[in-house]
Amino acid sequence: MLKYVAKRLLISVVTIFIILALLFFMLRCMPGSPFNDEKITQVQRAALDAKYGFDQPVIVQFFNYLKAMLSGDFGVSYVIQKNMPIAELLKARVPVSLRIGLQAVTLGALIGLVMGIVAALKRNSPLDTLSTVVSVIGVSFPSYVFAMAMSYFIGYELKWLPLLYDTADPFRSTIMPTISLCMFSLATVARFARTEMVEVMGSDYMLLADSKGISTFRLLGVHGLRNALIPIVTVLGPLTVELMTGSLVVEHIFAIPGMGSLLVSAIQFNDYNVVLAVVFLYSVMFIAVILAVDILYGVIDPRIRLAKEEG
Amino acid sequence: MTEKRTAAAVSDRDFTLAGRRDLELDRTYGSQSFWRDALSRFVKNKGAVFGLIMIAVIVFLAFAGPALSGYDYRTQDMAQRNLPPHAAGLEFLPFFSGVQTRSVGGETVKTDVYAEKGIKHVTHVFGTDTLGRDQFARTWTGTRVSLYVALLAILIDTFVGMSYGLVSGYFGGRVDFFLQRLVEILSTIPTTVIVTLLIVVMKPGLASITIALMITEWIGMSRVARAQTLRLKEQEFVLASRTLGESTPAVMFREILPNIFGQIVVMCMMTIPNAIFTEAFLAFIGLGIPAPLASLGSLISDGFKSMTMYPYMVACPVVVLALLMLSFNLLADGLRDAFDPKMKEM
Repeated sequence: MLKYVAKRLLISVVTIFIILALLFFMLRCMPGSPFNDEKITQVQRAALDAKYGFDQPVIVQFFNYLKAMLSGDFGVSYVIQKNMPIAELLKARVPVSLRIGLQAVTLGALIGLVMGIVAALKRNSPLDTLSTVVSVIGVSFPSYVFAMAMSYFIGYELKWLPLLYDTADPFRSTIMPTISLCMFSLATVARFARTEMVEVMGSDYMLLADSKGISTFRLLGVHGLRNALIPIVTVLGPLTVELMTGSLVVEHIFAIPGMGSLLVSAIQFNDYNVVLAVVFLYSVMFIAVILAVDILYGVIDPRIRLAKEEG
Repeated sequence: MTEKRTAAAVSDRDFTLAGRRDLELDRTYGSQSFWRDALSRFVKNKGAVFGLIMIAVIVFLAFAGPALSGYDYRTQDMAQRNLPPHAAGLEFLPFFSGVQTRSVGGETVKTDVYAEKGIKHVTHVFGTDTLGRDQFARTWTGTRVSLYVALLAILIDTFVGMSYGLVSGYFGGRVDFFLQRLVEILSTIPTTVIVTLLIVVMKPGLASITIALMITEWIGMSRVARAQTLRLKEQEFVLASRTLGESTPAVMFREILPNIFGQIVVMCMMTIPNAIFTEAFLAFIGLGIPAPLASLGSLISDGFKSMTMYPYMVACPVVVLALLMLSFNLLADGLRDAFDPKMKEM
């Protein structure tokens, strides 16, 4: 187990290192330098280069950059809010994005699980068909389709919920973004839960448990669901990716002051520092989720742990 | 049966069915080839057939649509800006009436924009955009980009992903170890985010979208190809052809590949919606192909800006994109069930 965790950790560290190298490389590829003003003389430029460390070898610059990024010093924004440290800019935005992301995952996983289990227990019934239709639609349509449809019909035509994010009323403002973001998780979890549940229900240990005469609740909850849940953990990784890309557009549509909308406006205004910082933050979050999922998977299912150690 | 039958001999004709419902007759099924079998399963799947037909319709419209409309995607006509959908002579149909419904101060006001401008004879099936360009021509021209991306995804999958998986699985050992660590690291990088960054650095356009997809889209396929190769490479027919002295590429591509082709096709179909989505996503956040070219994503992005005023401007490309994604998903599901009924969820 320890070896497995160590291996996963190592891969995560290597990945973060690679991402930072990529970001650094891209930063150097960006057109223009901060000091390409024609009025700056050769001497002044040398002084500026020395001040910001641009006169040092690339390797040293890279490690300086590494140190700065890892300690949370992302530099300053040039366009969106001039000379505002990006860490400050992010401080207010991260909780908003996290809140919507967590709401979407929780809601999606819960409803998806219930839908999948009901569909598996009542196979080939209208409920099963309904759940299949919902999950095909949820997987096929990008989250902004739901977001736009809801913001037009519910926000604009019916005026039930705020069309744009209202900081004074965060609960009602997050309802539509949460629903549009959760559709993909809901669909994926429902599909997986159905398949797993069908398989578990047909297994010998369920037959044995049933023939012992335990209650249906115990049979499904303790013996069925617990085993069906294990593979569902694996879809959490892909779901976070979907949530991140979804959050970019959904935050843009509802004008939510979160990380995603910050990234989109930073791209549109060419504010490179902000783009790099947000991309780095997203990457770290994603790697952390993958690491957690992999370790969790090893903990709850010993078979995986053994198989992975062999391989 | 015997050819010569005498009157005394017993033949099939002397027997009739007992007519008992509880008795079942043995039915013999003709043995079917793998592909025929898959085809018959595929045809039975209503969703998959629907998906296939929809894709055919969309492909047809993407190539013939702009010509059918009589407009092209770039000609601007300032006299015909922001027009709702309208088909001359078909005004009785609810969608093509050319009447714009708008709420002014809580009251719904209906205006026949075409009559107002005195252009009742003009047809814009999906309306026009803020620069007076025909949306029907633009939507279908934009669909071509999505279809190009779909084709690209297939090419990347087969050339990069499949070969990578075949090599990794077939050679095994140190090669496999190295290639698999690379895949592990690549799959831990959040691809959409990196792709976004890549396009910020390069100039947005079809070329950079192509490169971005090349970096990310082959990983799933390489995993499937590797797993299937591992399953097959120790089997007798592979050992036999190796013993007979066939070269390594020949064993890989002539012996193993045809046997894993079903899974490869299924995986290809599954990457397509993903690739289309990536392009639409990039276009939506402003990293799509530059104007005046259009893709579904950039049309949606443009239409979104005036969604409350002119909802049809965003609705048409959204519906086309959603139908395209849905059709490819249904087709992929259908193919998966057809080729391998046991491979339920991937």
